[in-house]
Amino acid sequence: MTRQRTPLITELPLVIWLVIVWGALWQDFSAGNLLFGAIIAYVVANLFYLPPVELSGRFNVLWAAPFTARFLVKLVTASAEVFWLGLSKGPRLRNAVVAVQLRSSSDFLVTATGHALSLIPGSLVLEVDRSTSTLYLHCLNITSDDDADAIRRDVRATEAWLILIMGTREDLALLRAEDRFAREREARS
Amino acid sequence: MDNLQPALDVVVASLLISGALMSLAAGIGLLRFPDLLSRMHAATKPQVLGLLLFLLALAIEFRSWALVPVLLVCWIFQLLTSPVSAHMVGRAGYRTRHMRRDLLTIDELDDVVEKAARQRGDGP
Repeated sequence: MTRQRTPLITELPLVIWLVIVWGALWQDFSAGNLLFGAIIAYVVANLFYLPPVELSGRFNVLWAAPFTARFLVKLVTASAEVFWLGLSKGPRLRNAVVAVQLRSSSDFLVTATGHALSLIPGSLVLEVDRSTSTLYLHCLNITSDDDADAIRRDVRATEAWLILIMGTREDLALLRAEDRFAREREARS
Repeated sequence: MDNLQPALDVVVASLLISGALMSLAAGIGLLRFPDLLSRMHAATKPQVLGLLLFLLALAIEFRSWALVPVLLVCWIFQLLTSPVSAHMVGRAGYRTRHMRRDLLTIDELDDVVEKAARQRGDGP
């Protein structure tokens, strides 16, 4: 069985992450320990082969900080909401499966969006259609189409944040064009 | 630093209690929610916040920089794994119909599945 070798540069983020885990577990970030960790990480990454993750090549820290804050705020409010739903509605809860089409066709970004949504209580990714980048989400406490629209807007906002942080340049251009279009339409009306 | 200790103890205690409340939320959700998918929300999600609060409490209590990376890695691994398991159980539950469809107000996935089945010619 032959397989294509992953170039070192694509493998690098994985190896760095493994070295950080190694250092964290030993609670020792001295040079010697890290070097040994790097050797092990490299061997592990090559021995237990996984398909390479295609990153976009950009990461914007300036957008990542507000996104993290937004994520934490949503996490707290949504956790409290699920708690409250359990107490107040319980068995009378009504849910919905909502389809949301994303802009990006990159596997990495679709996965990241799905992850960010699944982590926040109240929405759960049931199915992904890779060919059209559509997420099918199971959402708690949806009783009307307006609720479903609110979810769709929220999902696309989450995706927009992630594109700003680590989307490909094409996705970023798409997002900018969409913004410009919306602004122009607003100016005209 | 010593005169800060009582105040920090209060912070740590309230973080631990809030974290434990998240487990209570999960328990209440498991008992009260009507079907598999809504129980999945209660069982997996509040723990993301619950664990974060517990780890924060640990970090404040021990105040050692060596511990911070372990706690961070611990939380990141939970962030990475819990949506995957929730997705797998949810997907399997939907496909094997271990859920109550009458509780759904909208089901846009069912429309797609039915259309695909009709196109193949073996639909209902």
